Formats: sequence, C-alpha cells, structure tokens
Amino acid sequence: MTTEGLVRPDGPAKLTGAARYAADVPAESALAAALVSATVPNGRLAELDAAEARDCPGVAAVLTRADLPTLAELPSPPLGYPALPLQAEEIHYEGEPIAIVLAETLEQAQYAASRVRATYTGVREPIAFGEAEDVVPHSGHVLGGTDEEKGDAGAGLAEAHVTVTATYTTADRHHSPIEPSATLAWWEGEQLVLHSSVQSVAVAQQTMAALFSLPPEHVRVVCPFTGGGFGAKGYVWPHLPLAAAAAKVSGRPVRLVMTRAQMFTLSGHQPATRQTVSLGATRDGRLTALRHDSVNASGRAVDYLENTTHSSTWLYASPAIETRMRVQRVDRPGPTPMRAPHEGPGMFALESAMDELAYELGIDPVELRLRNEPDVDPMTGLPFSSRRLVECLREGAERFGWAERSPEPRSMREGNDLVGWGVAAATMDTFRAPSSAKVRIGADGRIVVETGMQEIGTGLPAMVQAVVAETLGCDPGDVEVRHGDSGFPPHAGTMGSMSAMGLGSAVQAAAREVLAKLDGRQGQPLAGLLAESGLTELEAEGRWSPEEDALAAGRSARYSMHTYGAIFAEVRVDADFGVVRLSRAVTRYAAGRILNPLAAHSQLTGGFAWGYGQALLEHSDVDPVLGRFVSKNLAGYLLPANADLPDLDAAFVEDDDRFANPLGAKGIGELGAVGVAAAIANAVFHATGRRVRNLPIRLATVLSEP
Amino acid sequence: MRTFDYTRVRGLEETLAALGEPGTQPIAGGTELVNWLKEGIEEPRRLVDINRLPLRDVGFADGVLRIGALARMSDVAADEIVAARFPVLAQSLLLAASAQLRNMASIGGNLMQRTRCPYFRADTAVPCNKRAEGSGCSALHGDTGAAAIFGWSDRCVATHPSDLAVALAALDAVVVVRGERSERRIPASEFIRLPGDEPLRHNELRAGELITAVEVPGGAERSYYLKVRERASYEFAVVSVAAVVRAEGGTLTGVRLALGGVAHRPWRLTAAESALVGVDLGDTTALRSALAASFTEARPLAGNEYKVTLAQRAAVRAIQEAAA
Ligand SMILES: Cc1cc2nc3c(=O)[nH]c(=O)nc-3n(C[C@H](O)[C@H](O)[C@H](O)COP(=O)(O)OP(=O)(O)OC[C@H]3O[C@@H](n4cnc5c(N)ncnc54)[C@H](O)[C@@H]3O)c2cc1C
Ligand code: SF4
Repeated sequence: MTTEGLVRPDGPAKLTGAARYAADVPAESALAAALVSATVPNGRLAELDAAEARDCPGVAAVLTRADLPTLAELPSPPLGYPALPLQAEEIHYEGEPIAIVLAETLEQAQYAASRVRATYTGVREPIAFGEAEDVVPHSGHVLGGTDEEKGDAGAGLAEAHVTVTATYTTADRHHSPIEPSATLAWWEGEQLVLHSSVQSVAVAQQTMAALFSLPPEHVRVVCPFTGGGFGAKGYVWPHLPLAAAAAKVSGRPVRLVMTRAQMFTLSGHQPATRQTVSLGATRDGRLTALRHDSVNASGRAVDYLENTTHSSTWLYASPAIETRMRVQRVDRPGPTPMRAPHEGPGMFALESAMDELAYELGIDPVELRLRNEPDVDPMTGLPFSSRRLVECLREGAERFGWAERSPEPRSMREGNDLVGWGVAAATMDTFRAPSSAKVRIGADGRIVVETGMQEIGTGLPAMVQAVVAETLGCDPGDVEVRHGDSGFPPHAGTMGSMSAMGLGSAVQAAAREVLAKLDGRQGQPLAGLLAESGLTELEAEGRWSPEEDALAAGRSARYSMHTYGAIFAEVRVDADFGVVRLSRAVTRYAAGRILNPLAAHSQLTGGFAWGYGQALLEHSDVDPVLGRFVSKNLAGYLLPANADLPDLDAAFVEDDDRFANPLGAKGIGELGAVGVAAAIANAVFHATGRRVRNLPIRLATVLSEP
Repeated sequence: MRTFDYTRVRGLEETLAALGEPGTQPIAGGTELVNWLKEGIEEPRRLVDINRLPLRDVGFADGVLRIGALARMSDVAADEIVAARFPVLAQSLLLAASAQLRNMASIGGNLMQRTRCPYFRADTAVPCNKRAEGSGCSALHGDTGAAAIFGWSDRCVATHPSDLAVALAALDAVVVVRGERSERRIPASEFIRLPGDEPLRHNELRAGELITAVEVPGGAERSYYLKVRERASYEFAVVSVAAVVRAEGGTLTGVRLALGGVAHRPWRLTAAESALVGVDLGDTTALRSALAASFTEARPLAGNEYKVTLAQRAAVRAIQEAAA
C-alpha cells in the first residue's frame, strides 16, 4: 500500500483553526443556552424559582419541564441515559438538568442560570458502589451472556497444584475530550438541523428522529470534526434533545455547549469495577481452572455493563472457565463505554492474576503465558481468525531485553529508585458495524469520496485516501474526502475501534465498482477512462457489513476474532516516597493489516498514555454525602502529561485477518490502552514486592506497609 | 459569571484609590481570578488591571533580593541572580503550574491563590466554610487524603497550594504591601493564614491593600526545593520541602525548612531546625530523628497518615540535596 508516511489531509485546517467544530458554527440570531443542574443525587424537584433569572439582562427564556415537549421513550443505548432530563420530576443523578436558560450571550445565560433556585423533596442519603445489591443487567450494553461456563472450575481449582485468588478494583474515570460536547440546533419547519459534536451522525440522526417522532430524513446532523470523544459522544446525551427542544420552543437557533463540569456528569464515565479472579495451575504452569467474577457501578435507571470477563474466555487455554458479570444500581450519573471499555478494566484483573500465579509457580511471566496459548477458542472451540499473541510476546521480550530480568522482587536498585519490570498481554474484542461511502470521479479525473464518518482525530480521511489510492492506483492526494453529514452515505460511528475496517472496506468496494464500470485497470488515468466511456462524471456507492450471522456489535459467530498485544514496562519507584515513574516501555500488537502506519503508531502511543492514566493517575471520587463526583475539572482530575511518558517502542507484528473483512484490517483505537495498567502494576510488584490491586496506583499505597 | 467593569490603571496612587471602592479587585495575570469568576467563587463589580504598574523588576541590592509583585513567575525563575543565589526560589517556580501559566502568572497573584480543595472549587455551591461561612466542611466527611496534617481546625482542613510561598518562608522573606495610608511588611511564613475560626480569611492582606514586592534577605546558594507529586509535571504538591542549609565539613551548621502540602500555610519546622544543627549530613538516621522533633504536633486525619511519613522522608532528601 502507498501509505508509508501518509499525512492527514485535515491537518492544515486543524492547525490553522480553519476546521469548524460544532460550537463554532455561526448561526444568525442563535440563543446561548445554559443548564441549571440538580445539586442532589435523588429525590424530586419540589419547586423551581426562576423569577430572578428571568429578570437578568439578556435572558430570553427560562425553560422548565412544563415548557418542553414530551419526548418518546427510548432505551440506553442509543441514549446515554434512558431517563432524559426535564421529562419528569424525579432526580435521577446529581448534575441532571432541571432548567434551561436561553439568553443573547453565553455569559448572560450562565449568570442567570446561577440565579435559579431549586428545592427538592424526598432526598435520601446516596447509595454508593459497594452498598447496593449485585444484579443481573438487562440492557443493550450486555454483549453476549453475563454468565459463561465450561468444564468444572471448582474441581479444576481443587485439583490444582497452585492457586491464586485475588480481588482487583478499577476506578471511576472520565473521557475528558478537549472539545466539550455541544449542539447547535434549529428548525426549518418540520426539519431539524443539528450541528453537534458526536461520534456518529447516524446514531444521532436516528435517535433524534425517534425522540421527536420525525422521519429520519427530516433530521440532518452535521459533524465533520469531533474534538475527541473516547466514547463520551457515542450515544445520545442530553445536549442533543435539550438543544433541539429549546430551539423548537423558542423558535430560534439554540447553541448549547457543555461546561467542563457538565462533561463529568452528562456524557458518561467509565464506572468503577470490582473483580475477583481465581486461577488454578499445575506445577508446570498449565491452567486447570480460571474463574472471573466482576461487578461494576451503574446508574439507578440504567444497566451499563463493563463486559470485563469476556477476554478471560479466549485468552488462555484452560479446561475449566467460569465467568460472571453483575452491576450495582447506585446514585450516580450514567456510565458509558470509554476508550478500551470491557477489556480495559477486565484485563487489569486477569493479567495481574497471571503475574501473581507466575510468582507463585516460580515461572517467568512471559513463559507462563506461552505455556497457556490455546489452539482454538477455549470457551467456544471456534478457530481463531488470526492470533499472533505469541509473536507479540516473543518480539516484545526480545526488544525489551526481558531475558536479563532478575526474577526476585526488589532485586534491582539504582540510587533511590527501586527498578522493576512487568509484562502483560493485551487483547480486545473485534466489534464490527456496517459502513458505506460514495466515490465520484469528475471529468478532470478528480476523485471525491463522501461518507457520514466524522474525523475524530484518528486520521480516517487519510485512511480513505489510502484505500482509494491503492484500489485505483492513483495518488492519495488526488482524493478529496467529504465527511460528517447525515446526508452522506451512513457510517456506523467512530467508536468501538471499528471505523477503519468498515469504512475502508466500503470505500474499497465503491472504488472497485468505479473501476468495473469504466472497465479500467488499476493505475490507468481516470480522466481518460471517463472520456473513453463518453461520461463527464461517474459515481458508485460501496457498502460493507459484517456477515449476516454476526453477533451483537458485529462480533463473529464463526471465528474467535480479536486483536492482541504484549506490554513490557520498566518502572522506577522512589524507595522513600512511593512515587512510581515509568522509565521505559516496549509494546507489540497484532491487529490485522495496518492501513496507515503513521496514524496507527500514533493510536498505539495515545492508547498507551490512556492506559498509563488508568494505571497511575485517573480516579474520580463520588462524595458519600453529596452523591456527586467531587472534582469536576481537569485541575482536580489528573490525566497524564507528556513528562509522564518516556519514549515508547511501539510497533505491530505482521498480521492479516481476511475473515474480519476484505481489507484484513482490525481495530487499533482501543487495543493500545489495554494491558498497560497490569504491566505497570506487575512492574511495581517486581520493583517493590508490593502488590497493588487497586487502580490507580497511588504513592500513599506504595508507601504504606503491605 | 456576573458582568463587571474593567479599568486599567498606571500609577500606584490611582490604584490604591480604585481599590478603596467596595467590590473592586485587582487583576494581574488572571490565571487564578478568571477561574474564580467562572465558578462563582468571586463576583467583583469592578476589576482593576494592574499590569501596567511599574512593579515588574527583579533586583539585588544591599544584600536583599527585591521582586516586584507583577514580575512573572517565568521571568523570576530565569533571572540570573535568582538562579545562582536562590536556587530554591527558582526551583519552586519552575516546578509550579505549566510553562504557559508561568508566563502569565505574577508573584503577587501566586501568593494570593487559594486552596485547591475540590469542594472549594466546585461548580455548584456545596458546603464549604471557605466559600460560605457556616455552611460546613465537606472535605471532613469525604476523602481526606489531600488534607492538612498541621494547623487545621474543624472549620477547614484544606492546604495551601503555593510552591513559591513555601520557598519564601524558608528564605525568611517579607511580603511588602501598600495601603492608601501606609506600607506593611509581613513575614512570608505568616502571610497566608491558618483557617482557625475564620476560614474565609485566606491571608493577611486587608481590603484595599496591594502587594508591591517580595523581599528576600541574603543568599541561599545551598538550597533546594523538592516537590513530591504523582503526575511528573503540572501538578500541585502532595508534599513539598524548601530547604536552605549551611554546612561545614559534612556537618550541618544551619538549616531552614518549610513544608508545603501539609497545612494552610507554609509550615516552618523550627524545632527540627534547631535539632538538626551539628548533625552529620550522611547520617540519614540522625537526620530523621532530628526531624521527628517537629512532627510530634502533627494531627493526621483518617486518610492522610501517609503525609507524616512522606514529609519527613522528603525533608531528609531535600536537606541532602541542598547540601550536595
Ligand atoms: C492549572 C493551574 C495549575 C497551577 N499549578 C501551580 C503550582 O503547581 N504551584 C503554584 O505555586 N501555583 C500553581 N498555580 C497557581 C498560579 O501560580 C497562580 O494562578 C498565579 O500565580 C496567579 O497569578 P496571577 O497573576 O495570574 O493572579 P490573578 O489571577 O491575576 O490574581 C489572583 C488573585 O490575586 C490578586 N492579586 C493579584 N496581584 C495582586 C497584587 N499585586 N496585590 C494584591 N492582590 C493581587 C487578585 O486580585 C486575585 O484575587 C496553578 C494555576 C493553575 C490555573
Ligand atoms: S477543607 Fe476548607 S476548603 Fe475544603 S471543604 Fe472544608 S472548608 Fe471548604
């Protein structure tokens, strides 16, 4: 493929500020909206006093429940939280909008919003994660079964020579995209126009049509660029319906931009999990049983599930595997998938437990993983579509110099630093979804591709150029990519690490059809071919979707289809202060064919930083009395900074998965964030002899006596 | 944000007159104040932009380093005399905030910054005695991991976040403030106030007064600022230590120590400072036991016992680094 060093066509517009994001779209006579939020986590709204707010300068209206239309009821997904604000008196979570202030300027709207007084009744002490009952979740967030079983795990543990059982926790985390979610909405008669920061114009269009009981073609959603989402903009969150409803009521365009604080409550979060893993093994390190139980926090009215245990069913050969997932419905805003959902939290538990087992057995942790490499999917018996975990482990170990490791914990020291090495495997499920694109050739040979996809920072326009260039034999620079409008052929969404394969396959199909229609061959000048056929323009639409028998989220029913990786980390732990710093890391991944190495590499390093945050920094605490996330800003919620991250040796091993899609490509956006936390925690154990089972790893914990 | 008037002043007299009007506040770099306006922590009627006042100079004369209140953190850190003669000061500035913030942020504004307690910084009003007197202290029933171990009251357990203030306290610096009628000189270690019964009073500055300068006596060639934090940069200290030492032949002959992250003001370790004189720099055990003298009065809360250990270890390291 002609993609080596391919640069982003959208780069210059982004660097110069010419790229237009939802909140920047000009709209004459638009009103600025500000939300008034509930300050209690439950109970009911008793009274709302908006008199002072209505008198504030610039205020056009203060909208309360009585002013808004009743919207159709929809589940989550596609809604982020199934109970939409301003539809009932009940308060579902702290931060839930209870009124909308519309004013001429944003500052006026926000000031007036601060002058609305609310009183509540029936407010009780919030129920926190850990205090509620574990329940079986029922929602579209459950992918496959909550309980899976093969063989007799109890017997496998009983007959094992060595067992480990431990409980691990992961913290509440927030997506924190730089661009806060925003919607500019207006009505043209019965037509609704939405400029919104989303990860799927298709999901937004369909869902908004359903909520407002409109035919989908009456709703247009525009979003060429999204300033990061990481899952926070995948489903439909309140800014979309509230902006549309306010525009309808006021008769003017309404611009609603989330504040940073609102991003902590009104766009989902990755919920805390508590997971218990038991492993049994023979003395030579072969698993006899694997048990993985998990529970995560969810909201009172939503069963969001972190499908944490799935990877435990396919990663290691074991005659007995038993997994179970539950949720707790507690007082908090709704969670949602966040970069590396499911395997992100899940693999911390499994890969920490594997490390514990390796020490118990006295077997090198890389070797232990190699000894448990399965031939077929351990749970289903299905063949692997492609699986290169062994190559990742071997190549990574080689590059890292793993053979030099001294196995004893606390055996490497440099000055004040205890040095430790850790390894973990990574794996991610392969989600797939339909996509489509139009390829048009003009008389001058110019090529235009249209797709509903929005550029979210991952470099998809360059990928589209690369696929067209490869198929038609033209230069990537000859291809103009137009994207992010529900009027273009639909793309399922830039989420779930599924865009490159779906969109790439659709674009490839469209480009091939163009060539077929012209009876041409790859590399022939298109303008000439067009003229020979007596045409001035030619277009073709290409589509791709997973096989018909594919499972929920496009997972394969025929193959065990996943991506893999191996993470090697070196940490330095200050022996006096307990501060953990990462000094070096090598990562290797197998994720099908890599379409654009430059962009793919940046996904790996970005993913690693994401995992680093999970490992060492990110935690959001829910106040036990107020039932609110304590710190709703980025000075109080720490994300990794450049200084935290050393140079990473990140690369792919050769892979190609033709069972996944015609391109042979799979998802890479989330894989890079998986396994990092376990590798770092394992390295901290090696450095200090202190096993940290709760994320993030804090200096107070490392400092304290075990 | 409430709308406010904005005026720019050039002279000191004009400024002091303007500050005498109720509801008026000065704005320098704006890196703190603008946050307060957005969160509703402050709602001034009028902002007086003091950036044109001639208070930006950094100079050393008659054995005293004088830093104008409007000098930028980055300029002070880069000043040759500061870097050579007061390393602890330069380091405390360079380890603070981010490069962009340091370019804007002034020395006076730095001392005026307020606690980072998340309840104080909340987007909506939650019980916090530093926001609304008598509303309660949310931090006390929540996570006390970041709270103070010294000098807190049952009204407020927050810490003060300024790194600069900690260095200035160890240097025995003085904060020079001007009111309409007179000038006052306040020791840097006392400028920021412990909460006591008046958590709303963050510092000693009175209404209508302006910080004009900070004065630092002598030199402190052997000094060091140690900042312990989980994120490698752009984070406030969990615990920090400013150490200024004198030593002869490997033995300490004089030590000045101030801690950050442990109280709502820089915490001088006066008892330890005396106990440390005569201690051998290489003898970590002896350094530790001398330091313990200042920690008998520590009152950790449920979640921050670790700070007692951490602060003592950090102090040992800072002393050794300062002497190195
Ligand atoms: C994200 C972030 C991270 C930070 N990290 C750190 C850190 O790690 N360490 C650290 O020490 N600091 C840190 N800071 C704080 C930063 O140093 C201060 O915000 C800055 O120094 C304030 O200076 P300013 O000139 O911008 O003040 P302004 O915002 O202009 O003013 C702040 C207050 O001081 C008053 N004021 C300003 N000048 C005077 C004067 N001459 N006399 C009387 N009153 C005055 C104003 O009226 C206002 O009340 C951080 C800040 C941010 C936003
Ligand atoms: S510790 Fe102080 S600042 Fe924090 S909530 Fe309590 S009173 Fe407010």
